[in-house]
Amino acid sequence: MTHFTRKTFLAALGALTLAIGAPSHAADQKLVLTGASTVAPLAAEIGKRFEGLHPGVKVDVQSGGSSRGVNDARQGLAHIGLVSRDLNPDEGDLTAWRLALDGVGLIVNKSNPVQNLNRDQVIAIYTGQIRNWKDVGGPDLPITVVNKAEGRSTLELFLHFYKLQNSQVKAHVIAGENEQDIKTVSANRGAIGYVSIGTAEFEVSQGVPIKLVANQGIPATVENVRNGRYPLMRTLNLVTKGTPSPLAKQFIEFAQSSGVQDLVKEQYFVSANTSR
Amino acid sequence: MALVSGAVLFVITAFVLREAWPALSEVGASRFLRDRAWHPTEGSFGLSPMLVGSLASSLGALLIAVPVGIAIALACHFQASERTALRCQRLLGICGGIPSVVYGYWGLTTLVPLVAENHPPGTSLLVSSLVLALMIMPTVALTSRAALARVPSAHVHGGHALGLSRDAVALRIALPGARSGVLSGIVLALARALGETMAVLMVSGNIVQVPGSVFDPVRTLAANIALEMAYAMGGHRAALYASGVVLIIIVCGLMLVAQCLTRGHHE
Amino acid sequence: MNEGTPSHGRDHSPVLRALTVVAGLALLPYAWMLGQLVIGGVQQLSWSFLTEAPRHSGRAGGILPIIVSTLAILGVTLAAVVPVGLATGVVLCELSRRHAALGRAIGSSLDVLAGVPSIVFGLFGNAFFCVTLGLGFSLYAGGLTLACMALPLFVRTVDTGLRQVPEDWRRGAVALGMSRTAVFTRLLLPAAAPAVGLGVVLSTGRALAETAALVFTSGYVDRMPDSLHDSGRALSVHIYDLTMNVAGAERNACATALVLITLIGFINGLTHWLGNRLLARGIKA
Repeated sequence: MTHFTRKTFLAALGALTLAIGAPSHAADQKLVLTGASTVAPLAAEIGKRFEGLHPGVKVDVQSGGSSRGVNDARQGLAHIGLVSRDLNPDEGDLTAWRLALDGVGLIVNKSNPVQNLNRDQVIAIYTGQIRNWKDVGGPDLPITVVNKAEGRSTLELFLHFYKLQNSQVKAHVIAGENEQDIKTVSANRGAIGYVSIGTAEFEVSQGVPIKLVANQGIPATVENVRNGRYPLMRTLNLVTKGTPSPLAKQFIEFAQSSGVQDLVKEQYFVSANTSR
Repeated sequence: MALVSGAVLFVITAFVLREAWPALSEVGASRFLRDRAWHPTEGSFGLSPMLVGSLASSLGALLIAVPVGIAIALACHFQASERTALRCQRLLGICGGIPSVVYGYWGLTTLVPLVAENHPPGTSLLVSSLVLALMIMPTVALTSRAALARVPSAHVHGGHALGLSRDAVALRIALPGARSGVLSGIVLALARALGETMAVLMVSGNIVQVPGSVFDPVRTLAANIALEMAYAMGGHRAALYASGVVLIIIVCGLMLVAQCLTRGHHE
Repeated sequence: MNEGTPSHGRDHSPVLRALTVVAGLALLPYAWMLGQLVIGGVQQLSWSFLTEAPRHSGRAGGILPIIVSTLAILGVTLAAVVPVGLATGVVLCELSRRHAALGRAIGSSLDVLAGVPSIVFGLFGNAFFCVTLGLGFSLYAGGLTLACMALPLFVRTVDTGLRQVPEDWRRGAVALGMSRTAVFTRLLLPAAAPAVGLGVVLSTGRALAETAALVFTSGYVDRMPDSLHDSGRALSVHIYDLTMNVAGAERNACATALVLITLIGFINGLTHWLGNRLLARGIKA
């Protein structure tokens, strides 16, 4: 009896596998995007909207990091790469198409009264010369420095802005993604970190106990990123090698159009679209 | 078909070695151990602090998970009613399948702040070991329970017949009789702990240093690969693969040790 | 079966009692964690959550395509692991009775496999299944990679289970004149059934819990897959994305975790039930 049950079960499983194992319809057009995990959610949402407007087209978004985006675009493994920074000089064989703008702001725990940090203070904190908040006008509390992991665009941007080498940074915690950074800072009264301004603003609005510190007197707000006053900025880009295929070109144009700016806002980035 | 299994290991090892080769040949294997710090983009490839981090968190996890896991197995098998034992088994089976992300997230949002209050930064070897222990304990408990169940009932009944107390039967007859199964479970758990990536990434602090106390942040080899691989190019990538090789070698070593331990206890 | 159970009435087992207390305390963190998941996500659980597709990067909508992708990946994994693992486990057990060294070698290599970091599996899976075998980001690639990861677990469990088959049974079978195949199908397999069951449970657990390996193999796409060749996001990857990458999605992350846990419970229950049915047919001790 059980033999029979087992055999039929396996047979059914086999049939099911074969049924859904058939490759997808060749007539579907597919667009593959890979790259920065910061850009991936936005790209995926834009992709869905694009699919809605162009039936039969599939937009597949994978993450894996900015370097992956660059590599895959170069090797043709992806049609478009997602990169959360500007292209480097040695990446001149690729073309960048601006998708959105993002600012990088310093965050501290909400209980920390410090409102502003100037350039020297930030450098001193991050290189371990200033170790206590009281030296910058805060409470008598040791500073817990949160840095980003090697290779992250945010790290590179930060180091470049403050003209530091990563080996000079004396951190107490290294975070991988933005959210990890935020969780660490919100858990720790003496922590300081740096994340995307849009994300931070959103988290603050949700009641997460962090706050953005002004950079050299300029408040870290999405508004200040938009009007260009805030100094630490980065561009989120779509990159392609050579001339993009017609479908890719259509997608890029769509991604840069005003038709998706609400999606950009939803991800807490700033529109690169100057008409807005 | 069984050859497929052996082949899988071979292929994976070959793959990792091939990717690591540029680092091993250019930088030289000894530098991975001798360099002080890990700054691969600046030419520094010291893996030893991370090695210590991996070993410390995994062994720390074992220290917690093994006694507790065996305690649960014994309690379920000898003390609990059948219904409770079954429920316990189900619960453990489920806990073993909860993604590492969930454990890590819970660790980051619950355990880390608790530790951070008194010993900043909170992300530390301690929390890392605790979270790992939570993750591997179900494996230890379930395999130990299964091992206890396989001890021949003749032995157990014989013990009772001789007038031994339940404690004695459990500890002096059943547990030793289940030794190979229990050790097998421990080895599996250790392997899982060493290879664990995501959860440790979230709660260990990821600072490359030899920890001075359990409250210091550490970085494990596995978490390092996860942290940097996505963004690494060229030489950096190869160096990361090399650290993967080191991890595999360590696991090999530990397995050999475990093999020696179990060898004496097979029927 | 519980050995040495209450038939002795109130006898003192101080050590066992103490161990039970320890056991109870040990389960508290899990209860705490599960409790927080429930508090965080139970409000999101609704029929629509289970039957809709994600919207706004997962902050709204449901997780249906993700559930489907996860089940598909699991299906591929089990379809690969069970036959290969069972065969290996049997061979290993038989081998170690005759060629101990070879048996140990295979056993050791499998143990080493268990220690390889999941991310290395992910990279390997990507390079081998996605690129070399040309599967691309697909449910196939994800399932096969997870199969590699679950294999050592499964084989070890089966092997350990088979070892416990008493020699007397084998001798008895031989004495009765049973053919090798008969010994295999009527003695070893049913005897191994509970071990296979445990193996499936552990492997399923391992597979569903895996995140890093899947990001690089079955990918990130949260659309409903048309076939196993498509990319699909697994529940664990979705939870990762919602907690680490997308701001403001914690509730859905908790809810997704609850769905995952329920799924695991269901599969485990199913496995036990199937195992019991198979065992009922086999030889009773």
